[in-house]
Amino acid sequence: MPHLTEAPNARIDEVSSRPGDAPVPIPIEEFLAQEQSKDLLRFSTAGSVDDGKSTLIGRLLYDSQNVYEDHVRAVTRTQGTHALPTIDFAQLTDGLRAEREQGITIDVAYRYFSTSRRKFIIADTPGHEQYTRNMATGASTADLAIILLDARKGILTQSRRHAYIASLLGIPKLVAAVNKMDLVGYSQDVFEQHQRDLKALVARMGNIEIECIPVSALEGDNVVTRGENTPWYSGPSLLEYLETVPVAERHSRLSFRLPVQRVIRPHQHFRGFAGQIAAGTIYRGDTVVALPSGRKSRVQSISTFDGDLAQAQAPLSIVVTLEDELDISRGDVIASEEAPPQAAKNFEASLVWLHPQAMHIGKTYLLKHTTQTVKARVSSIRHRIDIETLAEQPADTLQMNAIGVVVVEANRALIVDSYNQNRSTGSFILIDPTSNATVGAGMIRQVIADGDGAYAEKDLLQASALLMVGNRPELAADLEERLLALRVAVVRTRVQNPDTWRALLHAGVVAIVESNESSELSIASLHGGQSELISEALAQGIAADHTASAHAVVEALIKKQIIAARIGDETK
Amino acid sequence: MAMTADTPSISAKLSHLQLLEAESIHIFREVAAEFQNPVMLYSIGKDSSVMLRLAQKAFHPGPIPFPLLHVDTGYKFREMLEFRDSYTRELGVNLIVHRNEEALRDGTNPARLGTQRCCGLLKTTALLDALRNHGFDAAFGGARRDEEKSRAKERIFSFRDSAGQWDPKNQRPELWNLYNGRIGPGESIRVFPLSNWTELDIWHYIHLEHIPIVPLYFAKERRMLVRGDSLIPVEQPFVKGLPGEEQWIRCRLRSLGCSPCTGAIRSDADTLPKIIAELVSFRSSERANRVIDHDQDGSMEIKKREGYF
Repeated sequence: MPHLTEAPNARIDEVSSRPGDAPVPIPIEEFLAQEQSKDLLRFSTAGSVDDGKSTLIGRLLYDSQNVYEDHVRAVTRTQGTHALPTIDFAQLTDGLRAEREQGITIDVAYRYFSTSRRKFIIADTPGHEQYTRNMATGASTADLAIILLDARKGILTQSRRHAYIASLLGIPKLVAAVNKMDLVGYSQDVFEQHQRDLKALVARMGNIEIECIPVSALEGDNVVTRGENTPWYSGPSLLEYLETVPVAERHSRLSFRLPVQRVIRPHQHFRGFAGQIAAGTIYRGDTVVALPSGRKSRVQSISTFDGDLAQAQAPLSIVVTLEDELDISRGDVIASEEAPPQAAKNFEASLVWLHPQAMHIGKTYLLKHTTQTVKARVSSIRHRIDIETLAEQPADTLQMNAIGVVVVEANRALIVDSYNQNRSTGSFILIDPTSNATVGAGMIRQVIADGDGAYAEKDLLQASALLMVGNRPELAADLEERLLALRVAVVRTRVQNPDTWRALLHAGVVAIVESNESSELSIASLHGGQSELISEALAQGIAADHTASAHAVVEALIKKQIIAARIGDETK
Repeated sequence: MAMTADTPSISAKLSHLQLLEAESIHIFREVAAEFQNPVMLYSIGKDSSVMLRLAQKAFHPGPIPFPLLHVDTGYKFREMLEFRDSYTRELGVNLIVHRNEEALRDGTNPARLGTQRCCGLLKTTALLDALRNHGFDAAFGGARRDEEKSRAKERIFSFRDSAGQWDPKNQRPELWNLYNGRIGPGESIRVFPLSNWTELDIWHYIHLEHIPIVPLYFAKERRMLVRGDSLIPVEQPFVKGLPGEEQWIRCRLRSLGCSPCTGAIRSDADTLPKIIAELVSFRSSERANRVIDHDQDGSMEIKKREGYF
């Protein structure tokens, strides 16, 4: 907030990004014009208790004069009788009671501030491992992410995770705030080492840029103003960077798409299709195609409360009318006839699991995509991402906060783009049909043509093992299903001939060997040409709960690297 | 907020207010499409005025497809009620007014019960009763995330259990603009289309759009009870000052609530630009003038858990 000079009401100070500068009064008309021309930058932050994230945001808000006096008073403490009152910057941003009690940030909080150039929305998220889902939530609407680093510690798991989630959710720009520079003596060497590490890290993540800034949130260096303690640093302060970085024009890369939210029909002479433009620009008179019907017409009007428009661009909310009477309803998409989105029932997607109840392959979920909700299943998991190493691992479920690449089968065709082309038409959420909880967040990678589903023969993974399950038909069936879902070649047999077993092992399949004996479960694999019994211990664990057991067996196979991470996966 | 018909550039840069407006309209339309029986909570304040304009825009040229609900505590300013009646009549919207008549008959007022219990009966209970009686499954509210710290974490679609309560630790993750409006019987969703607006955005939008607001927001000479730094409006018989405490003061209200619990501020701001100039010169957040938020640390969060907006 700029502050007012003593003088007349109708003049206010220009917002200064340097708190020490003398305020320059400007007329209110000029201020309003400046206000009206501001654009919007949404960014996410992530951090844990001790890396100073809340302090950094508190400092950013305070030094840019965006904090109200009563808020500052509420968090100013005097410790000891002779000490000067100090502002607890972290307390400016920590919200809920539970947080204050535990001293941690537990969820996504949104903060707002503005300068003379921009309005900012911060999605502030916690950094703990268990909060991957919150980071994903914050990143889903962000144009930029601030990665926080403790200069004493360098890249920790948490910063790596945040950088990865930011890249997964399509954030094109990262800015790394290398914090606590005061505690490393403002060392240029330390900063440059971290900078090299960060650049190496994001180089592995594809199309993403990173800017590194040395800061001390506690002392205020390079947060809003450039600090005198880092004379070797010639780049922008954090706020200067945020104020000037171009906002990606992600909405307009594709041709026009309008997912229809609602048909507006006040009387029989007006039939308008209301929606928020997901991509591109539409002009009156343009030829458009309605999907999934594929019927074409021309735009008769682009109607708003403020009058008809000649054109409109993403992400404005509009109503369009067409020259022809097409049957269009909620869930349909009106798109440019050139390069329209695809209709797809099956697609491959990155999936972040959000719920304590793990994902279940084959279970029916509700999938909400743009303006329609359909039933859908995850038919297989291509792999799970180890978020610490970014390695791809096989998996037969996703626990809360896990991220995987999966194949989704919807009951009805959706009108989609890939997420990296368009966030709106490339994203979806999964909802549990019983609890109504939001359980998954998905980003479409590519459409899978019909008949090219998860079980195509060429995709099957070779792995060699014998699973001696005895007389447990349900376990055998469950194992078969889970292994097929991992695209492992599976054979079920009741043949009790060791030569046959050996042949199966050498053929590169997982053989589930059933018998009429209620024998103990054992697993054998090939090791140096010899079959080796690898898991007797597992046999003790076979309880009545066959579901859990099959899961345990599959996890053991993964752990023993019998089912190995896929190499040269065509989907990368 | 719309661009003019002759906007030349293909990808003109949109202002933050255009982006906020587009987001809010999207939210209104999602709710109207996905819920059986939505309602808009209409508090008569500036945020409600903006919400109402956005709802008009969302369904134009059709009518707003849901009613407005005003929870009248019985202690609202006379000017608020006059404004409510004339403005809703002018727009032709369906207005429902609900009061907790029983509590009012029993003589509930903040002087007798204290602000917490008074709010509980006349606001929270009244609101929950009204929502239940009418079977509303979604209710729009004008709360903004910049108002108060507990609001900063609330979702745009905020789930309420069958008792109308909010569980801040068990909120549905909300990604992109994909809102999960699925509810079970008796459950409901509170929807906050102004979540991402700030107080300055609201005023600026009112100014640009020429949105009518209650005259109490503009400075003029008013009869006030002056006590310390506080200016308490003299409207209710139980608000009585000591000799010399009642004075004519040039002042205005920054936020509108019940007259006994809403403090005024000394001000000369009698136009929107002056209000905006005054706002940016202040370093005091608007709810600081409301008595209720100071009841105890984190009091807004407690009220919200219980069902308050």
